[in-house]
Amino acid sequence: MADKQELSVREKKEPVAKEEKTIPGRHYVPYADIYETDDALAVVLEMPGVEKKDLNIALENDVLRVDGQIDFSKYKDMEPVYTEYNIGHYARSFTLSNKVDQEKISANLEDGVLTLTLPKAKAAQPRKITIG
Amino acid sequence: MAVLLDPFEALASFQQALDTYRTSSWLDPGLSGGGAYPPLNVFRKGDDLIVIAELPGIKKSDLDVQVKGRTIRLSGEKTVGYPEKAALHRRERLAGRFDRAVTMPIEINPEGVKAEYRDGILAVFLPRAESDKPKSIKVA
Repeated sequence: MADKQELSVREKKEPVAKEEKTIPGRHYVPYADIYETDDALAVVLEMPGVEKKDLNIALENDVLRVDGQIDFSKYKDMEPVYTEYNIGHYARSFTLSNKVDQEKISANLEDGVLTLTLPKAKAAQPRKITIG
Repeated sequence: MAVLLDPFEALASFQQALDTYRTSSWLDPGLSGGGAYPPLNVFRKGDDLIVIAELPGIKKSDLDVQVKGRTIRLSGEKTVGYPEKAALHRRERLAGRFDRAVTMPIEINPEGVKAEYRDGILAVFLPRAESDKPKSIKVA
């Protein structure tokens, strides 16, 4: 397959509603990439339009919950003429395994892409075993 | 029958070729770009138009915005990178090239066009050309 292919358009996914939201506005599930290196797990989420001040990351009972709000006031004086996609808040949760050292989780938001770095707990890192 | 090319891909590229042939003229360097990505929202603010697209994680050097006449063209490449020794568990983000041209229903003043890319949102501000604005006629 050619690796420089043209991007295709995807509709935004809405979450299967487990609980109702109290904040008005639609919520969508941001696309995520999850990869693992020797010392950490990384979760990369695409949330265009979310600024640092509107981003909430919470960890409770081994569930990591990411919540990004969109600032609709930017669209205040603008009247939609032609729309192809929906604008809404983003939310996604992940259950963490005990491989992750929860104290050291870090996050970086740049250009609408949130990178969460979940360092592995010492016990989960690959170790060489010496033969006595 | 051996099929060398996926029939839908062949149809799409044929349609694209027809569109390009139809809209551009031989010696005139016209704007081309028959893709569908990125999805755009067009807003009106007074007399002017604002085109907004969601392009998370693009480097400004990989993004190209061109304006000619009434057409605006967004092209570039979205890259998604991982460190070398990473084991990929889930891949949902898309990466690739994009090239899209859209024609606006108003004449644009090319001097006043401004494009801003922030937090993964590209906003192109298209002011209406003076010559295109309707003039009120006083009834005597």
